[in-house]
Amino acid sequence: MGASLATVWTLARKDLLLELRSRDIVLAIVVFALLVITIFTFAVELTPSRSMDVGPGVLWAAVAFAGVLGLNRSFAMEAEGDTLDGLMLTPVSRDLIFFGKMLGNFIFITIAEIVIFPVFEALFNISVLQVETIVIALLASIGFSAVGTAFAAVSVRVRSREIMLPLLFLPASVPLIMAAVESTSVVVNGGSWSAFSDWLQLAIAFDVIFVIASAVLFQFALEN
Amino acid sequence: MTALRNIRLVWLGLTAGLMALTLWMIFLWVPTEINQGNIQRSLYFHVPVAWTAMIAILLIAVASVAYLKTRDEKWDRLAVAGAETGIIFAALMLITGMVWAKPVWGVWWTGEAKLTTTLILFFIYVAYLMFRAYFPPGEQRRRLAAIIGVMGAVDTPIIYYGAQLWERAHPAAVVGPLSESDSSVDGPIGLTLMVATLTFSALFVYVASERYRLRKQEDEVTALRRTISLLPPRSASSTDVTSGVPVGGA
Repeated sequence: MGASLATVWTLARKDLLLELRSRDIVLAIVVFALLVITIFTFAVELTPSRSMDVGPGVLWAAVAFAGVLGLNRSFAMEAEGDTLDGLMLTPVSRDLIFFGKMLGNFIFITIAEIVIFPVFEALFNISVLQVETIVIALLASIGFSAVGTAFAAVSVRVRSREIMLPLLFLPASVPLIMAAVESTSVVVNGGSWSAFSDWLQLAIAFDVIFVIASAVLFQFALEN
Repeated sequence: MTALRNIRLVWLGLTAGLMALTLWMIFLWVPTEINQGNIQRSLYFHVPVAWTAMIAILLIAVASVAYLKTRDEKWDRLAVAGAETGIIFAALMLITGMVWAKPVWGVWWTGEAKLTTTLILFFIYVAYLMFRAYFPPGEQRRRLAAIIGVMGAVDTPIIYYGAQLWERAHPAAVVGPLSESDSSVDGPIGLTLMVATLTFSALFVYVASERYRLRKQEDEVTALRRTISLLPPRSASSTDVTSGVPVGGA
């Protein structure tokens, strides 16, 4: 168990180091998400009540769409650097590779959210920096990184993968996006945990099911 | 081979006969529904195609798992046949549903759980087919497509549960004769629905099996071309044959 965790962390640390040097992924997610949010401040006239209505939807649409960009890069880098075969040749089991990649993606998305949330709060004038929303954001990041890692591995060798990944990832993530939007909506309107417990359950169920399903299916994706 | 062909012909005849019977029942035999009028007749198409689209998802899921387990190409062909046929039926379901909803509910579309689920699943299987179209044929495509097939199937109940929660949180702005009451489906209406469902299931099986057969022939042609291209060229003229690209398709 301890050795497995160490392997997962080593794999994730590799991606984090690469990211620290290039700053490709997190920067792409943050800038793209902020662009989406900014465009919406023009597209919708933001009266206080309207901010409450559309804000959570805009926030999570921005995170989901921007997240795809980052997920794309995580395997594209391996493919472009011809390191995918090297990764597959490492003497560790495929599920550990999956969890390593997933952990890396989870950290990228979470860091991006740490930047996105305060800016969103400033632009939309609604308070999303609360314990409840942070828990929701973590649950969403887990689900996004699980589904995203599996689909990124599936689409890495396809031509025009930049198009393919969003087409696979976004519809599959719809339940999670729904749960995140609805719970955030409840929180910014002053509701407490019990008011969105159904949605929380949905998000947790999504995470559990897709972490398992993605880990199992990932092995078939990286087979040669 | 001929036995199989005969079965197919008999099945085609059976489907055609059933279709004639169904059309007669829908347009001439079954009485007009009292609340909704003639538009209700579109439900005799809508419910059966919805049913077959569901069968298609099940077929893709089973065939995809079986492919990953056995690596037998026949399962992949079955999944493709299910997906391509299923997507047509799903599109028909969405269209017939909207045509019915506009006069009856007053809106083309609403956040009803089954509608939302269908639309999302429709997108997932469109992506499945696009993926197959983008990827060069071979073992890798079959394997990766099977992964998408299984992911979509795993997602189906979660999407449905989410859509139900969403429907509860956002009561639909539905106004119309059917917005409050459920219509009953017994008597001639129920019988017509049953016969229509049988007919469209038969149609689905026929179309999917034709697609399966075509797929098999495509694979055979691809294999033949590959064999030819491996032969040593005998003369300059024969190399033309070998330059052909492998057969693509979804």
